[in-house]
Amino acid sequence: MKTLPKQTSTPLLSAVKLTCIREERLLFDELSIDIHAGDIVQVEGPNGSGKTSLLRILSGLSQPYDGQVHYKNQAINRCREEYQQNLLYFGHLAGVKGEMTAEENLDFNLALHGNKNADTLAYLAKVNLSGFEDSLASHLSAGQHRRIALARLYQSHAPIWILDEPFTAIDKQGVASLEQLFAQQAERGGCVILTTHQDLISIKPEQIKKITLDYSY
Amino acid sequence: MTLKAQSAHETVCDNNTQLSQQLSYRHAFMLVLKRDLTIAMRHKDDIINPLLFFVIVITLFPLGIGPETQTLSRIAPGIIWVAALLATLLSLDRLFKSDHLDGSLEQMLLSPHPIFLLVLAKIFAHWLITGLPLILIAPLLAVLLHLDENSYTALMLTLLLGTPVLSLLGAVGVALTVGIKKGGVLLSLLVLPLYIPVLIFATSAIDTAALGLPYSGQLAIIGALFFGSLTLAPFAVGAALKVSTN
Repeated sequence: MKTLPKQTSTPLLSAVKLTCIREERLLFDELSIDIHAGDIVQVEGPNGSGKTSLLRILSGLSQPYDGQVHYKNQAINRCREEYQQNLLYFGHLAGVKGEMTAEENLDFNLALHGNKNADTLAYLAKVNLSGFEDSLASHLSAGQHRRIALARLYQSHAPIWILDEPFTAIDKQGVASLEQLFAQQAERGGCVILTTHQDLISIKPEQIKKITLDYSY
Repeated sequence: MTLKAQSAHETVCDNNTQLSQQLSYRHAFMLVLKRDLTIAMRHKDDIINPLLFFVIVITLFPLGIGPETQTLSRIAPGIIWVAALLATLLSLDRLFKSDHLDGSLEQMLLSPHPIFLLVLAKIFAHWLITGLPLILIAPLLAVLLHLDENSYTALMLTLLLGTPVLSLLGAVGVALTVGIKKGGVLLSLLVLPLYIPVLIFATSAIDTAALGLPYSGQLAIIGALFFGSLTLAPFAVGAALKVSTN
């Protein structure tokens, strides 16, 4: 495995004074974070505290009310293409089509993000979906459905992973192997930003940065 | 030591650019097109519903108006075009809705490819699924309405140039309303006024052809509408989708 050189000076991703207002409610105000290579960032907070909104703003899907997101000290609106090549976003909608088979779904998702001719079957095996390659995604269970989308993580070279509730509907074994994957990603110089209500068990607590959002009225 | 680290960094960067360049514009276009056609083939009502609507509406007119050849052939161009317009409108909703609901739209917006290209592929797939079948069945229905025999070429040409315009302009409306739960009425309000120029010039071309006069002027205007919307609509759709998913 190749290791990217650690860049301690410039943060990989930084939020500068982000303010988010949804439905006339202030979710967070002047939030600034620096995320460096090798960080695992867990965003915590009760339901409705703005975790998903924060992740969507960081990924560039939503625009903040005020403030900016910087990728390597450059506003992401300015270097969108470069940023998106280095980003993997996994929302709480999996982006899996029910009308296509598991293999077709993964093939498309990989190719869309610049990797055609990837060994799809091997990645499906890694998420315990061997034997389901030709099943339509709509015939699979909720957990298997999400696993199809998560299989992309095993292949991804993107240094920035933004994952919204990646453990939803995933069994214990799956969670453990995902945690292992996050540790690997941090080790090779990437970063992981995730929301989850579970504690990350196999990752050392000192490795995890926590951002806590409060529910405000 | 630092030099070594730097070169290692460069090889990683090279790999990254190679990976992203594996997919050219053409590949990205074909990828989305193939996916949308696969889904349509497995979800056949996407193809059948608009076509069935088109056929039913057109067959109802002779029943309601009566079998007088003259009346029917006089109103035939209008009926065929209005039916085609409404059939397209019916099918528009599926263009982005299901992708929006299952999250694949977000993934497309976040992919490193230019969004207008992916959108163009989706619109082309939509036209192949809904526009093309309408064109193929239109001459058959024109017989039913006693369309003047001089008008058949004009009918086919206007449909061939006009239905892509309907898909392209409609996509802008769908992209704007995709985030709204019940955007059906709003979509019609947004899109139908934009369809009016196509309707006017297409029916006028068919009428002119029936009189045996040249109709290249009307065709040229529909052609201009086609190229105008082909070049501009994908960008508008891309921008609208970004707003809708915000």
